[in-house]
Amino acid sequence: MNPLARLNRFLGKLPVHLAVILMCVLWIIPTLGLFVTSFRTRQAVNDSGWWTVFLPQPKAVGLPEYTQYCASCHGADGKAIPTANFSDPNLVNQFPSAASLLVMLRKPINGKPHLINPTLPSAPRDALNTLTPLISYLQTLSGQNQSTGRFTLSSYVDALVGYKGTRNYLSDCQQKVASTLVQFNCNISDLANPAGMGVAFINTILVVIPVTLFVIVFAALAAYAFAWLDFKGRQWIFALLIGLQIVPLQMSLVPIAQLYVKLGIQSSFLGIWLFHTGFGLPYAIYLIRNFIGSLPRDIFESAYLDGANHWAAFRVLALPLAMPAIASLGIFQFIWVWNDFLVAKIFLTTHPVLTVQITNLIDPRGGNWNILTGAAFLSFIIPMLVFFAFQRYFVRGLLAGSVKG
Amino acid sequence: MVPKIMKQGRWAPWLYLAPALIIMLVFIVYPTIGTIRLSLLDETSTHSAATTCIPNQPCWGVFENYRYALTDPAMLTALRNNALWLLLMVPGTVAGGLFFALLADRVRYESVAKSIVFMPMAISFIGAGVIWRFVYDIEAGGGPQIGLLNAIVVGFGGQPIAWLSNPLINNFSLMLVGVWLWAGFCMTILSAAIKGVPAEMLEAARVDGANEWHVFSKIMLPTIMPTIVVTTTTMAIIILKIFDIVFVMTGGDFGTEVIANRMFNLIVTNAGRSTAIAVLLIVLTIPIMVFNIDRFRKEEAAR
Repeated sequence: MNPLARLNRFLGKLPVHLAVILMCVLWIIPTLGLFVTSFRTRQAVNDSGWWTVFLPQPKAVGLPEYTQYCASCHGADGKAIPTANFSDPNLVNQFPSAASLLVMLRKPINGKPHLINPTLPSAPRDALNTLTPLISYLQTLSGQNQSTGRFTLSSYVDALVGYKGTRNYLSDCQQKVASTLVQFNCNISDLANPAGMGVAFINTILVVIPVTLFVIVFAALAAYAFAWLDFKGRQWIFALLIGLQIVPLQMSLVPIAQLYVKLGIQSSFLGIWLFHTGFGLPYAIYLIRNFIGSLPRDIFESAYLDGANHWAAFRVLALPLAMPAIASLGIFQFIWVWNDFLVAKIFLTTHPVLTVQITNLIDPRGGNWNILTGAAFLSFIIPMLVFFAFQRYFVRGLLAGSVKG
Repeated sequence: MVPKIMKQGRWAPWLYLAPALIIMLVFIVYPTIGTIRLSLLDETSTHSAATTCIPNQPCWGVFENYRYALTDPAMLTALRNNALWLLLMVPGTVAGGLFFALLADRVRYESVAKSIVFMPMAISFIGAGVIWRFVYDIEAGGGPQIGLLNAIVVGFGGQPIAWLSNPLINNFSLMLVGVWLWAGFCMTILSAAIKGVPAEMLEAARVDGANEWHVFSKIMLPTIMPTIVVTTTTMAIIILKIFDIVFVMTGGDFGTEVIANRMFNLIVTNAGRSTAIAVLLIVLTIPIMVFNIDRFRKEEAAR
């Protein structure tokens, strides 16, 4: 293709590109807000909008004073004199107030005054006023100033290990806070902490994968019968099935819980598999029946002429041809069960799944709600991977050659 | 019209149906029968609902809970809101999803674009509540707005707007969240159908000189129509029982009540009223059922 034609083609498609990109931007902005927020400190989240991280930051407090008095010897990063390294928190912590810093500055260094050019204002009050922002800047240099630290992974780390305190897991471990050391080992083994997301992750997988398989297999079988088999009451049962989609699952919780106690399967994986399968089936059958039912009649008839029976037609024709529908069903079934809270809370009390575990992490007084931001993203990775993985079934041409032109 | 295409054993259909039917009978049908029974009893589920009637006040006897479900002011608000949700959100999500699926079908970064629109589906409703907090938040005092929309409004010199508590707009704010959440669902299903339209049919039409609008309206649309109807049906049912968006964002306050939220709030305090609302929901789907059966009859007759 010559360049002109290529340009022409590109321009012709420009409106499509713009529309797709515009919609993507609109759709991603709310999620982006959560994503950015998940890396911010709790203080910063309450003080300013998440988008401000993309704006130029206001100059740090004390920078002009630091540049005027200290930078020529200590360097812009405070590391120029190794014995007086301002990036070391232990050194900076020796000067908790402007007064203590003033004492240090009045002391001679190697027999010479500490500050020669410029010197501090001679009036003590003016000197202290100059030093207060300097203290704040030294704390920034040593990485201790929380409000100026822009990003942190603590929402993620806290959620992963199941930290419920009011500060964060990493700093508690560093400072050896007793209440944290009781619950945590402060090493990699904390990922398996029963209150953390690791264990809940495995429980969720153990719930979701069997349910998704059950729903797909049972629904595909039933959908084939509704579409291509003949039996009494076919239309009526199918009508009822559409109506079953509306039944709110809250109405089943109590009777089924009572039934499970009688059967002795309360809080078992079997119980939750069956419950989710039951409520996944009406929609699943409805969707797949629609897809299988709209396949052309002649492909089934010619299979029959070739000697196939229904079971063969189901496996060799209906299932492969319904793959796009089955893939989208699989995606949604997976995600609905993955994000379910209510059913798991009631029927799987001994093995908390992710959603239940996350709500367990929340301090009822609202002290650590920011943990939700990290937890929401951790919980969201797997469903997105499933969506990507199933994309390859959405391809054109499965029916190629089977339709008469 | 019988769909029979080949010999089948007498019991064969029931073998295909048995696993699904048995599970649905136990988990949905049996509890639903219980639900209907409870809806005729009082809040403690021990006496007939007729005993809750107050003398000299309107009373529907044993159907007293249904009088509540159909005439209580809170329920009237909920019914009005659900109607509004149905009218705006079903077309919004289905048309939006279809539009995006068609556009994405024509670009090379289709899979990335679709993932972005799909993304809200993958976020649990807990996460979604937090996400929209950063969009709708209002800072009534002088502080900086941490809600995106109000930051924009204030940036243009306006007054911050109470997106979730102003009764004139809060329902639309919630529906916006709904469209954001569910458009990806419609898009995925419709995209699968679009991929099912044989490429040679589209090519043949283009070779014959049809423009893109004709290719869409004469070939694409009729072929994917069944899926559009299925998606619309499913969305209508989902919207009828919409619950978590309202529950998380406003709790049904400020005139945003919906049927399913009312049902959920009453489930512990007044089982009779709660179950009557559940039955009302089931009754509301009857037109959808009738429409679908009619359509399947026609489709089978034609194939």
